[in-house]
Amino acid sequence: MESRRNPRAVVDPKVRQVGFFTSSSQPDSTPQPDPIAPASHPVSSISPSGNSLSPVMIPPPRHNSSDTFPLRAAAASAVSPSSFSYSSRRDFPDGSTTASPGRVSRGSFAKSSVPAASSLPGVGMDSMAAATSSSVPASRLTTVSIVNMPPGLTEKASGKQVQSDQMKNSKPLKEKTTKAERRALQEAQRAAKAAAKAEGGKAPLVTSGSVASTSKAAKPAKPSSQKNEGAVAAGPSEKDRKKDAPHPRMQYDDESRVVKAKRRAVVKQTEAKNRVELFRHLPQYEHGTQLPDLETKFFQLDPMHPAVYKVGLQYISGDISGGNARCIAMLQAFQEVVRDYSTPPEKTLNRDMTAKISSYVSFLIECRPLSVSMGNAIRFVKNRIAKLPITLAEYEAKAALQSDIERFINEKIIMADNVIVKHAVSKIRDGDVLLTYGAATAVEMVLLHAHELRKKFRVLVVDSRPKLEGQLLLRRLIKRGINCTYTHINAISYIMHEVTKVFLGASSVLSNGTVYSRVGTACVAMVASAFRVPVLVCCEAYKFHERVQLDSICSNELGDPNAISKVHGREDINYLDGLTNNANLQFLNLMYDATPSDYISMIITDYGMVPPTSVPVIVREYQKEHLLV
Amino acid sequence: MDYQVVILAGGFSSNLVPLVSKEVPKALLPVANRPVLSYVLDLLESSNLKDLIVVVEGEDAALKVGGWISSACVDRLHVEVAAVAENVGTAGALRAIAHHLTAKDILIVSGDIVSDISPGAVAATHRRHDASVTAMLCTEPVSGPSESGGAGGKDKSKKPACYDIIGLDSSKQFLLYIATGAEIKKDTRLKKSILCAAGKMEIRSDLMDSHLYAFKRSVLQEVLDQKPTFRSLKQDVLPYLVRTQLKSEVFSDEKSVEENGNGNGKNNMQSNEVVLSQILSNASLPSFHQVYESGLNSRKTHKCCVYIADESKYCVRLNSIQAFMDVNRDVIGDANHLSGYSFSAHHNIVHPSAELGSKTTVGPHCMLGEGSQVGDKCSVKRSVIGRHCRIGSNVKVVNSVVMDHVTIGDGCSIQGSVICSNAQLQERVALRDCQVEAGYVVCAGGEHKGETFARK
Repeated sequence: MESRRNPRAVVDPKVRQVGFFTSSSQPDSTPQPDPIAPASHPVSSISPSGNSLSPVMIPPPRHNSSDTFPLRAAAASAVSPSSFSYSSRRDFPDGSTTASPGRVSRGSFAKSSVPAASSLPGVGMDSMAAATSSSVPASRLTTVSIVNMPPGLTEKASGKQVQSDQMKNSKPLKEKTTKAERRALQEAQRAAKAAAKAEGGKAPLVTSGSVASTSKAAKPAKPSSQKNEGAVAAGPSEKDRKKDAPHPRMQYDDESRVVKAKRRAVVKQTEAKNRVELFRHLPQYEHGTQLPDLETKFFQLDPMHPAVYKVGLQYISGDISGGNARCIAMLQAFQEVVRDYSTPPEKTLNRDMTAKISSYVSFLIECRPLSVSMGNAIRFVKNRIAKLPITLAEYEAKAALQSDIERFINEKIIMADNVIVKHAVSKIRDGDVLLTYGAATAVEMVLLHAHELRKKFRVLVVDSRPKLEGQLLLRRLIKRGINCTYTHINAISYIMHEVTKVFLGASSVLSNGTVYSRVGTACVAMVASAFRVPVLVCCEAYKFHERVQLDSICSNELGDPNAISKVHGREDINYLDGLTNNANLQFLNLMYDATPSDYISMIITDYGMVPPTSVPVIVREYQKEHLLV
Repeated sequence: MDYQVVILAGGFSSNLVPLVSKEVPKALLPVANRPVLSYVLDLLESSNLKDLIVVVEGEDAALKVGGWISSACVDRLHVEVAAVAENVGTAGALRAIAHHLTAKDILIVSGDIVSDISPGAVAATHRRHDASVTAMLCTEPVSGPSESGGAGGKDKSKKPACYDIIGLDSSKQFLLYIATGAEIKKDTRLKKSILCAAGKMEIRSDLMDSHLYAFKRSVLQEVLDQKPTFRSLKQDVLPYLVRTQLKSEVFSDEKSVEENGNGNGKNNMQSNEVVLSQILSNASLPSFHQVYESGLNSRKTHKCCVYIADESKYCVRLNSIQAFMDVNRDVIGDANHLSGYSFSAHHNIVHPSAELGSKTTVGPHCMLGEGSQVGDKCSVKRSVIGRHCRIGSNVKVVNSVVMDHVTIGDGCSIQGSVICSNAQLQERVALRDCQVEAGYVVCAGGEHKGETFARK
């Protein structure tokens, strides 16, 4: 027992790939560091066999409830059949083919397990007619067509399904041959190149060119097989998606990897053409193409939970933005996932749920790259799943998980914000002029609370295009009666004269004290430090990360280039019209930047007010507790 | 995805009177030799929606439709047919089956849509905005080039042209106003509060409500319960929801219950929830609903969203004779990807079992069903001919729809007409913009223009 549970206690290695995590997020204090590698293998080797989706959709069981609707029992004297074939009454005009009654009834037996009387085709219809002709307003449903169960459950399958099965069975065979061919081709090419190349193919990376060329040859076979799969199972199966979840730190200038990731992607991603050279390694897609495409696939992505799908749509469309909000929305979606979850047969909850969450996360990454806060939250959730005792019943496990997620939201976000507000308010004195940039939730709470405490201060809201988030903050502050000044970041050096303190939010604080935040923050902090104005960063501790980052190039997010080339509501400013696809012009719309710790006086977090140099301490000391909560 | 699909297949539509009959309800009218309902079913099936409820007016029609579905869709779809009384309207039909609706959201599709717009897009938009109702709008179809459609056809096309008047907000995501063109005689009223809240309204008449809606089930059921007089979704329910979007009455009960429940519960939890929802709403770009709501604390709002289909997509409702002709022409013509047939090199479909006489030409954008016989020296252009028709010699069929088992005598000329199943045209009949009822016999030698042949 113990030996079985230990590997499970170790997190699935995927956990580390979610979010902006580097290699060593696994604490060394875990009792069994060795089984990490073996633990990963059972997961990947077990899931392919069990995870394959059934080719035919199983209708959800809710129609059973309509079968047992009381009206039915009242209207029909006998147990009315839930389904029957119309083959006996065929006076419709183009009755070329009629259903074989046997098939229909078999379907009904399998599905609804109501004693279906396919031998009396007329009864159900008569009773239905009686029910409706007596002007009962509520009408009844008559099942006229049923989907057969997948062949695995019913003993016999119709000819069509057998065919599709055969197709499915032959598909991997075909793939195997192409793979063998590819291998042979690759070998040949390698042999040919061996003379020329000094470092004869030891790593696949070296031969990546040849792989690319051969994969092009094998391509005609590949899409067709995928199309087959799509027709049967509607979209890439969960297993595939999990396996090839785009690594969050994937270098998008590595073409072969991009192609590979794209093949698995749910969201259609057309890459932008003119990209800035320095930022090629970051994903940038044609904005506006993803959302409609994803929307049309709404019903086709079957393994996706509706709540996750909704959150993904909201990320992609920008309806939800901001680290805290995105994290909360995701966690709430996961709560719903847990609530609706039921363990499939022959699987354990811990592993299957982890796989599910991973596939959802990879979907969310496709919608928008994860923030550090989300990465930490996902790590927490997976950790909780992995730590669930195996003896727990399913409903207990689900309840425990839901309350865990709830607790994470409450403790790590809401309570943390409250603590931050308490600390920060002590720094606000009467007569202060506070400057803030963008619209950070924590800063907003601080300002509102300070106002409630009747402190007399003035707020300078600095904003920047294209998001103009500051206006929303401004609106809310003014509504509460706070005296505000609004300006754009262009005027920062002028306005900084009168400022006494700068309050900033953060997307993440890295362990060298670098604050990773909305683009423009670094500029504000730099100007403030030049004017010797203290800069206070409000950031919840769950956004801390052990990574070290020195610049904002290696890890960042690119926004919609059109957002900076077009000015909303100003039709007269159209100087860049028609230049969007000019090869000489590249737009760069960065989302984040990194503020060096030198510019930051203090970080206000739920563990108190600390200098930026203390961040690694918090990360180290509270990481374990943070994961275990 | 927690959606339930309801197809409103109608019954015997009076708009289509000589074409529909007791034998052929509206849902089974052939479009390119396939019932129109099959286009909707195919569309839904391609979106992986396989649990459908088909609502049909009248029991006879329900029998027919159910029979057809069970023969055509067995093993592919899980379809349930509900018969409702005739003339209850779309809202009445939904009221009758309301107790079967259990999912969170309901997708309501009219059974007479021929379209290639994915319903998933509407559903996703609905979900994303957490809307009460989302309507799909598509561009008004251009009533095709009726070069030989004739004056009669044009007269008809004028009347049913009920262009919808649709008011949208500046982001083109929310519905601020909707009215059918036929309703508006001279002037119309807009809600001032909506106009103030939205700031700007774009009124468009080039969009058409395509009768594909996503409703929140709780809202739909509540409206249907509260307003027993509402008969039509489009004319009553949707305008009502749009009108009241800023002072929502549909949520009032729900919310108060919720508040009571929270009041009894832990105070701490409630404040947490408030903070949570505040963070979420502050983070997102507020729609005008939220701005309005925050301005006046007591008011509840709900959202009415639209999904505007791409102009390249095809979407037509078969609700008039003119539309029937247009759809038939388009499905074998411009929008032939919808038909599901593979077209020959001549852009037409001639079933292998069809027999053509000598010197007979079948032009592009034509369709000839199985077992049909066409005599010598005939000419078929831009027309659909059904199964097992017998067409004599020297017959000209242009821009017409000929259904199954029709007999056409020698020397007939048919232009812009619809000839229903089992009808018979004797020799040398010349029809222009006529409709011939099923089983009707048109006497020899007549020349008719813009007439409707039906038994009294």
